[in-house]
Amino acid sequence: MRHFLDFEKPIAELEGKIEELRRTSDAGGIDVAEEVARMRDKAQALLKTTYAKLSPWQKTLVARHPDRPKCLDYIRAHIEEWTPLAGDRAFADDAAVVGGLGRFRGRAVAVLGTEKGSDTESRVLHNFGMARPEGYRKARRIIELASRFGLPILSFVDTAGAFPGIEAEARGQAEAIARSIEACLEAPVPFVATIIGEGGSGGAIALAAADRILMLEHSVYSVISPEGCASILWRDAAQAATAAEALKLTAEDLRRLNLVDAVVPEPMGGAHRDPQASLAAVGDRVWDSLEPLLALDGATLRARRREKFLEMGRNSVV
Amino acid sequence: MNWISEWALPKIKTLFGAPREVPENLWHKCPACEQMIFHRDLERNLHVCTHCGHHMRVGARTRMDYTLDEGWQRIELPKAPQDPLRFRDQRRYVERLREAQAKAGQEDAVVVAHGSIEGNRVVAAAFEFSFLGGSMGAGVGEALVTAARLAVLQDAPLIVFTASGGARMQEGAISLMQMPRTVIATRMVKEAGLPFIVVLCDPTTGGVTASFAMLGDIQIAEPGAMIGFAGARVIEQTVREKLPEGFQRAEYLLEHGILDLVVKRGEMRATLARLIGLLRTPERVVAPPPAEPVAEPLPALPAPEGPAVPA
Ligand SMILES: [Zn+2]
Repeated sequence: MRHFLDFEKPIAELEGKIEELRRTSDAGGIDVAEEVARMRDKAQALLKTTYAKLSPWQKTLVARHPDRPKCLDYIRAHIEEWTPLAGDRAFADDAAVVGGLGRFRGRAVAVLGTEKGSDTESRVLHNFGMARPEGYRKARRIIELASRFGLPILSFVDTAGAFPGIEAEARGQAEAIARSIEACLEAPVPFVATIIGEGGSGGAIALAAADRILMLEHSVYSVISPEGCASILWRDAAQAATAAEALKLTAEDLRRLNLVDAVVPEPMGGAHRDPQASLAAVGDRVWDSLEPLLALDGATLRARRREKFLEMGRNSVV
Repeated sequence: MNWISEWALPKIKTLFGAPREVPENLWHKCPACEQMIFHRDLERNLHVCTHCGHHMRVGARTRMDYTLDEGWQRIELPKAPQDPLRFRDQRRYVERLREAQAKAGQEDAVVVAHGSIEGNRVVAAAFEFSFLGGSMGAGVGEALVTAARLAVLQDAPLIVFTASGGARMQEGAISLMQMPRTVIATRMVKEAGLPFIVVLCDPTTGGVTASFAMLGDIQIAEPGAMIGFAGARVIEQTVREKLPEGFQRAEYLLEHGILDLVVKRGEMRATLARLIGLLRTPERVVAPPPAEPVAEPLPALPAPEGPAVPA
């Protein structure tokens, strides 16, 4: 079943009517092609105007859309010889973080990401994309493996944030994230990170301190969720839309602040309406970002990455 | 204020003459045991409760006074962008920031100093929790990067005393980017072969713990300090369980292998001096070097340059 967001209701209603019309025509043998085409044009136009002016909060909802392509969809679409690797070698394997080796357009790479899952079962399996310390330690291990063998790293980030749990704290959630950020910054190999949905705070930057950072058009990247920010600063979680606006968390905002390198356009109506187009667009942009980095040696990459982050935000104004 | 001030204050006034400070500051109530402590006793005891040993929060400059040898110097910090997002919640962030700056007499939540501890030259950075909850935005990130650069320049260990509620939400993703920025700062110090020592003070949470503050060569905490990544309330709401006794306290972290040491404030100077000595002086010097001031002037950072940002 297709999920519609609240603000998509008028579009959903139109699409529902089109569906109904076709069903009645099938049953009664009446030709409604013209009427269907007219309504479809109307639906498309509505979709276009709606998505052309999404508010930051609406974008947040699109970024969290259950039908939006997830990390594993990007891996399936682009990584050949995909070989997932498991475990942090100390405590457990955390399925919220996906990592492994494969080939991207023929070149051996290491791939990392946070996976939210795409149905109830897989969402539970991947803990809704919220990693525990083991996940960040697995990421660090794979980054170090890639570093040792000179493999470029690709990451696909989609997480509400690190998992807030008792055991996660006891096993050093903060340290695990810090070490993962450190590993990203230290890797002497090309590193391209893509925010494909939600870039939730420390849990996201842990896999995204990269040479090139891409964001999908309707993805968000923020230091705190709009709900969390609203409940702290407005003392009212219902002010999430206002907080989303204030946080400047859209791809466009992040690009303007020079915190990400490029925005990957999404198909009309969002990545969830045409996952194939979205997968293809990301693949191309990741390759375009990666290719020039392949010529650089490890020391140069690391030095430039450091410089990039040290300069970040120093001259940013909205 | 309460019974003790009414009863005891007049007597103290006659003993010491009219107090220069406002009377509210003469007596402090320990937030842990709720006993009253006379301010001089509290200061003499480094703001540790004389009744129960509770370590009270202290400001950044007081922290320097308590830890560094006399004569430490505050470093002027590069100007960071002020309110890059033009953030506004119920109030404008720029107003909150200006108010905090005026109250604290400093630009942001971190003070950086150079000085010495028992004669060992150090660069120290300390968080001021009363400055917007010690939250980390561009100003704090800039302070830590500057402290690291200075430590490298002066061939001195870097010691950071943390106290922070985490990221500064009002700076959005720019505050998030201070996590990698401060991690880079720790790398600079370590690559120069210098010790990076973190002293986690009450409270240290969120993006600060998940970046430079967990990357010390030595991880120390003050007794009872609240240290964690996620907030206790968020965890409770997520897992719907009661949190264990002492959860996210320094002793809990020590038990779980996250810290090296829990050190009382009164023993902090000696502990830091000993650690620096052990890490940096492989052979014990028979006669301790005289604690004279260093003859040659220390290298200094070039005058800080602000980014091309309208303040
Ligand atoms: Zn007490």
